[in-house]
Amino acid sequence: MQTSRLYQWSINIIMLIFTIFCVFPFVLLVSASFTDDLEIVRTGYKLIPNQFSTAAYQYLWNNSADIFRSYGITIFITFVGTLAGMLMTTMVAYPLSRKELPFRNFLAFYVFFTLLFNGGLVPTYLLYTNFFDFKNTILALIIPGLLVNGFFIILMRTFFATSIPTAVIESAYIDGAKEWRVFYGIVLPLSLPVLATVGLFYAILYWNDWFNGLIYITDKNYFSIQNLLNRILLDLQFLQSNTQQVGKGAELVAKLPLDAMRMAMAVIGIIPLICAYPFFQKYFVKGLTIGAVKG
Amino acid sequence: MVVAVSVLLYHKGHEGNINKGAGGMRVSTQARAQAPLEAESQAQTRLKNFKSTMKRIMKYRVLLLMTLPAVVYFFINNYLPMFGVVIAFKNINFADGIWGSDWIGFKNFEYLFKTNDAFIITRNTLLYNVVFIVLNTVIAIALAIMLNDIKNRFFSRTYQSLILLPYLISMVIVGYLVLALLDVGKGYMNNTILPFMGMQEISWYSETKYWPFILTIVSVWKGVGYLCIIYLAAIIGIDQEYYEAATIDGANKWQQIKSITIPLIMPVITIMTLLAIGRIFYSDFGLFYQVPLNTGVLMPVTQTIDTYVYRALINLGDLGMSSAAGLYQAVVGFVLVLVSNYVVNKINSDNALF
Repeated sequence: MQTSRLYQWSINIIMLIFTIFCVFPFVLLVSASFTDDLEIVRTGYKLIPNQFSTAAYQYLWNNSADIFRSYGITIFITFVGTLAGMLMTTMVAYPLSRKELPFRNFLAFYVFFTLLFNGGLVPTYLLYTNFFDFKNTILALIIPGLLVNGFFIILMRTFFATSIPTAVIESAYIDGAKEWRVFYGIVLPLSLPVLATVGLFYAILYWNDWFNGLIYITDKNYFSIQNLLNRILLDLQFLQSNTQQVGKGAELVAKLPLDAMRMAMAVIGIIPLICAYPFFQKYFVKGLTIGAVKG
Repeated sequence: MVVAVSVLLYHKGHEGNINKGAGGMRVSTQARAQAPLEAESQAQTRLKNFKSTMKRIMKYRVLLLMTLPAVVYFFINNYLPMFGVVIAFKNINFADGIWGSDWIGFKNFEYLFKTNDAFIITRNTLLYNVVFIVLNTVIAIALAIMLNDIKNRFFSRTYQSLILLPYLISMVIVGYLVLALLDVGKGYMNNTILPFMGMQEISWYSETKYWPFILTIVSVWKGVGYLCIIYLAAIIGIDQEYYEAATIDGANKWQQIKSITIPLIMPVITIMTLLAIGRIFYSDFGLFYQVPLNTGVLMPVTQTIDTYVYRALINLGDLGMSSAAGLYQAVVGFVLVLVSNYVVNKINSDNALF
């Protein structure tokens, strides 16, 4: 392939510009969180702070009850949700990968159809609030919409069907192994790449989810970290755009974290993702490529 | 390589085979049952089929039981709400419950389409999605081609990691990032970029005219990395010999892209675009709700079907209107999936989803 120096230079420069475009807001966020609050009021958020300050983080550390509780809730739902979701997903994906399963077509369609059509927000909301009474419970952050995902089932089933030789499973039967034993003794150990990928996807979905909290949670004690961040952001915007109610507004503003702290909180919200990213990147990219079904 | 495609093609081909397989089996059991004893009644055949099915169920009972948790979950989370679409045809009041409330036919839809709302939310949803699909696809393919050509592996890997970063974070955080840039008093645009370019400050969160651009930029920023990696995986899988032959024939870079790269990754492009078109009636709720910070003034350009359904339900408590809009979205969206799949099936059945 013809690769002149000029061409190499130009594609590198274009990619560099796009990469900066992607990363720039993060850099701004982090440096804003380390800027002295008075300086922000005077000159706005800057890429390089004149007065470096960790005051925002110190303040958050000293007033961390809300943050720690929300963090705890997010960690809990991410852990429990990912574990339960993975268990249910593998347990349905494996039988679907076996050709001799009775009702296989029906079950495959049953899973696939959930991707094509849904009842919409209103019936789902009524089901989970009136019928199940999930409002303001931790279950509302784990179960609705997130727990099992049809795309991941199809992804995993395809992996099981294409990557695990039927001969291996058959010989296990001949040796007298039972279904369950074949599943956890042979199939799962051979499927670590797809398990890591799907597990990562579930974990990110749970870590980033704010929608369930937005519709099912009104009690601050059950806020996940995303809901806490969301509330702080939207409250402030609401106060700024309704300055008529100054009396009440000013009082509330005084209680809210100031600018640097707001940014520091957002930083705290993304740090775990950034830390986990390098470890998972190998699987993540692989998952994205198989995961094209996800759309 | 093209794992993406192979998954889908596999999925499709497999379903086809299975259908044939099951059909064939049914015929053969019937044939076996009927051929020797013409007189054997149909009832007996049915009994035999039933017995053999029961036998298969017993044999694979463990596998069937394993599917149970997910089957139950889907029944509750996905299938039960589908019955709830009747709400759209009812005048819901909580005293009578969902089933006891009066039927009012298409009244809710009449109200919805009488107002300007239905037009605005449909227009916004469709226009934004069309722009997002076209821009994201074109930019992602362009970047993927460039990434593939970059010789320095370290640079290439670094770019790949960093452009994926926005894909990982939640829309709430994106809201913070956009605010850091666009905040009226403290934002980077008003304090640094606009003064540098000698322009006046802009009150970003109260001017509708900028938001179509802002939302498009955010969509590209967040979505292109993911698409780019998918296309890159497809491009990496192309046999180098095509390019070598083309170079010997004197084809330049642009001709190679046009006649080799693009045609060979077309299946992936079709599938990704098809999936996006199937979702064209759905908008990214977070993008249109969190990024403009739920600002009322901006609603003419930020209200989509999803935000409308949410606001009608949570803020106004208008169940009828909200579920009518939701059903409208679900039905049209479903039809669009079927139509786009049908069209692709006609053009090239290998690329269709099902």
